Amino acid sequence: MEPRALRPPRLPGLLAALALLLAAQGPRASAARGPALWPLPLSVQTAPRVLHLSPDAFHIANDPLSQAGASCTLLQEAFRRYQNYIFGGPVLKHLPAKSRVKADVQQLLVSVVLDSECEMYPSITSDESYSLVVKEPVAFLKANRVWGVLRGLETFSQLVYQDTYGTYTVNESTITDSPRFPHRGILIDTARHFLPVKSILKTLDAMAFNKFNVLHWHIVDDQSFPYQSTTFPELSNKGSYSKSHVYTPNEVRSVIEYARLRGIRIIPEFDSPGHTQSWGKGQENLLTPCYGGHQPEISGPINPTLNTTYSFLCKLFKEISWVFPDQFIHLGGDEVEFECWESNPNIQKFMKQKGFGTDFRQLESFYMQKLLNIISTLKKGSIVWQEVFDNHVKLQQGTVVQVWKEEMYTNDLSAVTAAGFPVILSAPWYLDRISYGQDWRIYYAVEPLDFSGTQEQKKLVLGGEACLWGEYVDSTNLSPRLWPRASAIGERLWSGKEVRSLDDAYKRLTAHRCRMVRRGIAAEPLFTGYCDNVLK
Amino acid sequence: MAGAKLWLLLLLAGAFAGPAAALWPWPQYIQTSDWHYTISPHSFQFKYHVRSAAQSGCSVLDEAFQRYRDLLFGAESWQRPALTGEQHTSEKDSLVILVVTPGCDQLPSLESVENYTLTINNEQCFLLSETVWGALRGLETFSQLVWRSPEGTFFINKTEIEDFPRFPHRGLLLDTSRHYLPLHSILDTLDVMAYNKFNVFHWHLVDDSSFPYESFTFPELTRKGSYNPATHIYTAQDVKEVIEYARLRGIRVLAEFDTPGHTLSWGRGVSGLLTPCYSGSQPSGTFGPVNPILNSTYEFMNTFFLEVNSVFPDFYLHLGGDEVDFACWKSNPDVQAFMKKKGFGNDFKQLESFYIQTLLDIVSAYGKGYVVWQEVFDNKVKVLPDTIIQVWREEVPVSYLKELALITEAGFRALLSAPWYLNRISYGPDWEDFYRVDPLSFEGGPEQKALVIGGEACMWGEYVDSTNLVPRLWPRAGAVAERLWSNKVVTDPDFAFKRLAHFRCELLRRGVQAQPLSVGYCEQEFEQT
Repeated sequence: MEPRALRPPRLPGLLAALALLLAAQGPRASAARGPALWPLPLSVQTAPRVLHLSPDAFHIANDPLSQAGASCTLLQEAFRRYQNYIFGGPVLKHLPAKSRVKADVQQLLVSVVLDSECEMYPSITSDESYSLVVKEPVAFLKANRVWGVLRGLETFSQLVYQDTYGTYTVNESTITDSPRFPHRGILIDTARHFLPVKSILKTLDAMAFNKFNVLHWHIVDDQSFPYQSTTFPELSNKGSYSKSHVYTPNEVRSVIEYARLRGIRIIPEFDSPGHTQSWGKGQENLLTPCYGGHQPEISGPINPTLNTTYSFLCKLFKEISWVFPDQFIHLGGDEVEFECWESNPNIQKFMKQKGFGTDFRQLESFYMQKLLNIISTLKKGSIVWQEVFDNHVKLQQGTVVQVWKEEMYTNDLSAVTAAGFPVILSAPWYLDRISYGQDWRIYYAVEPLDFSGTQEQKKLVLGGEACLWGEYVDSTNLSPRLWPRASAIGERLWSGKEVRSLDDAYKRLTAHRCRMVRRGIAAEPLFTGYCDNVLK
Repeated sequence: MAGAKLWLLLLLAGAFAGPAAALWPWPQYIQTSDWHYTISPHSFQFKYHVRSAAQSGCSVLDEAFQRYRDLLFGAESWQRPALTGEQHTSEKDSLVILVVTPGCDQLPSLESVENYTLTINNEQCFLLSETVWGALRGLETFSQLVWRSPEGTFFINKTEIEDFPRFPHRGLLLDTSRHYLPLHSILDTLDVMAYNKFNVFHWHLVDDSSFPYESFTFPELTRKGSYNPATHIYTAQDVKEVIEYARLRGIRVLAEFDTPGHTLSWGRGVSGLLTPCYSGSQPSGTFGPVNPILNSTYEFMNTFFLEVNSVFPDFYLHLGGDEVDFACWKSNPDVQAFMKKKGFGNDFKQLESFYIQTLLDIVSAYGKGYVVWQEVFDNKVKVLPDTIIQVWREEVPVSYLKELALITEAGFRALLSAPWYLNRISYGPDWEDFYRVDPLSFEGGPEQKALVIGGEACMWGEYVDSTNLVPRLWPRAGAVAERLWSNKVVTDPDFAFKRLAHFRCELLRRGVQAQPLSVGYCEQEFEQT
């Protein structure tokens, strides 16, 4: 076996010994007995000294000195959740229940140092750092804001494991942690297939287990328009798959709040001017009528030549900016097909009038610029797919570009950052593209900053997103397709650059996936083996 | 076939007859029209015809009636509507079942007749079958014919179906060794198999990774060889339950105990069973395949398969025989000495043959038939003429179609699995690839074709456990199910897509977590619990 290449400070001898013990079991590898941290924190110091916890004699509470008190329901609910996660393992019956455990650690005291931000929404600048000291008889979790507390609670829950007798155990340890990238996202697509709200909430749970902090909600597309707009109710009345395949304002609110309580931002994507077939059903004259070989009722992308288009967009995005509290809205802008525009005589006339010649990218730019202006007047930031940048649309400073085209994506990262725009990487992380075997290793091996550019350019990489497009995914297969494959990206975006050992990752991720299964997430196996402590 | 053209017309007619004709797998002969009858859930019954050989008390059918009632109308109790005094002539209040030969308490077998005819017209609503197994297939078809209007009324169209399977062996392999599958996962799979008219559950029980089968003769096998002897095992009671649950759905349980390779987990509980591997002149501490040179090996196998024979009632056992790695045998000086003594030279295939032949003799002596993986044939092991050879390798040593030709030319019966490894996933609608396969498209005479008794979809378990089993299986395995049941002319991918998409929504309605084929939706989506 290879020596475990852990980043400093290393997990000390006891864990290495445990790992060897487990390795000796050969093909019957199971989840490790011992803590399996995922994603690996910035700094972990773990002593051999083992402390016990008892479900009846342990609780998580606010430190009296904390800036967040009992009124902070975000924390109260988190304390309750993590109490359950920590002690959710099975009770091993053949052992005397109470007598066996003396509770060495009786409390986890949580302290928020600065203004807690308890009532706020998380943002790109949210401070997620924390520090954790586990010792007898009280463990301490300290963070500047509630967001760091949430991350620290997750880490604490991952430190606790059941020993072979079923006793809850934690090593004396000290952890300081903060994320490498501030934008760590999962994209879900609720247009190709509708996802019931329950599936979205489950996904948010699992995201928190992996320290993801952005749900990129690709909410509408060609196939369906499930977002129920109060301004334009016909959009979903006519554009959704059915009356029951919609997200009501209440449901959207509940998703946003559920996410907030887990320190997760909801970034909605309303992709235009392409990918908008479903919009056309409920909004007349919005889409471009295609001419020629096509049947007359066929329409193409949004019609960029009409004033009515922009007054519609103005109202719709006004509603969106108000429904979704995040500072950013994703405007799409990908894969615009020019054929329909080309076929339409009115558009040809407009092109001539504007002096665009036959360069339809200029027409696309014209549209995107108007849309971007609308968004900035609404005091929101914009995220766009890379085509908007590639096609030379004039972007305002601070517009975020998301790179998704896989070929030569490192060149794209160089180009976007050289132009001074912040960037989000998705290209190597299209999880809908499945293949046989352990593809998580490929996702894991990606290094987002491995492109040519200056230090300044590298700083413009905000993070990345794992994308689970929905052509072949719905609530039946979402969870096992997403987890633990997305976890690989979760660690890549959170942990230090030098955390790259596949062997070490395999061991921790195997245990982490079993933990997710125990917590009710149908995370699929990495390879042959089994999970301890799973009652299924 | 003389009627093929007319039959195709009927097929297309069926395609346009709306929800009533979204059958999966597609029946051999169907005539259906837009004329339909209402079915009232509160009064509808399944009834035995007075002349039926099976009558009330027939476990297989009594339980099937209850199941299909629940599937059709849900477990809710339906209120009798206020009596209006008028009797709808267009209402069907029962399906009458007539089974010709008795046999409710038997087990399905390779020879079981699954034919049935289903007649829904002005005069009758009638299911006729030779055996209870055929009746089960007909009940499934009946349940797929019933549809519900948006207002909630149940209907069935005027329909005439004559149906029978193209192949008698239509199997699905589950691997409970690489990952343990909880009992409920197996039982749920049997349900969905019945919806697809599969009739063989090939249970790859044990392998290198673990030995979850609880042996009463050799309890150490499980105690030491399972992942966890408290939770990750199949008790005798579990196995019985699987067999009976399968029987009630007309499904055979074909148990596989794969040897001499794939047996690492056996070695933990039975010392001396596996070959000690050597590195140089010293045992390396690792073990290889079953040790074929010891008498004790065959004594063990004799006793173990005596038990297996009594636990699994199907006439056939699967004895594996695939992927034997010769490296360990080669390294072992005792094995080398044995080879010399037997005059095998350096040909380890002869040693493998020696082992397999001895094992086959043991199993034959218990009056069982057996299935083996293709290597046993490829390596020229002398086997009994009634051995069934399962083809799993796509390209090596020859293409699977060529392999089928060779096996049947040698006069053996064959099962096809090579193109149907469902554990191998890829992006997009790969079910089309499974669907396109025709098992009989190899060169050979009709006698050879007649020796292909069917095929199996295989879900190996390296990357599959109960978290992802169901969406990975369904509806992809459905493509294989139709290929093995329906007429060989049923190949149009568009026609199949429409019906399979509809069928997957029906599976969702029945609570099965079947994944989507493409973009779209089902009235009832899968809700996590």
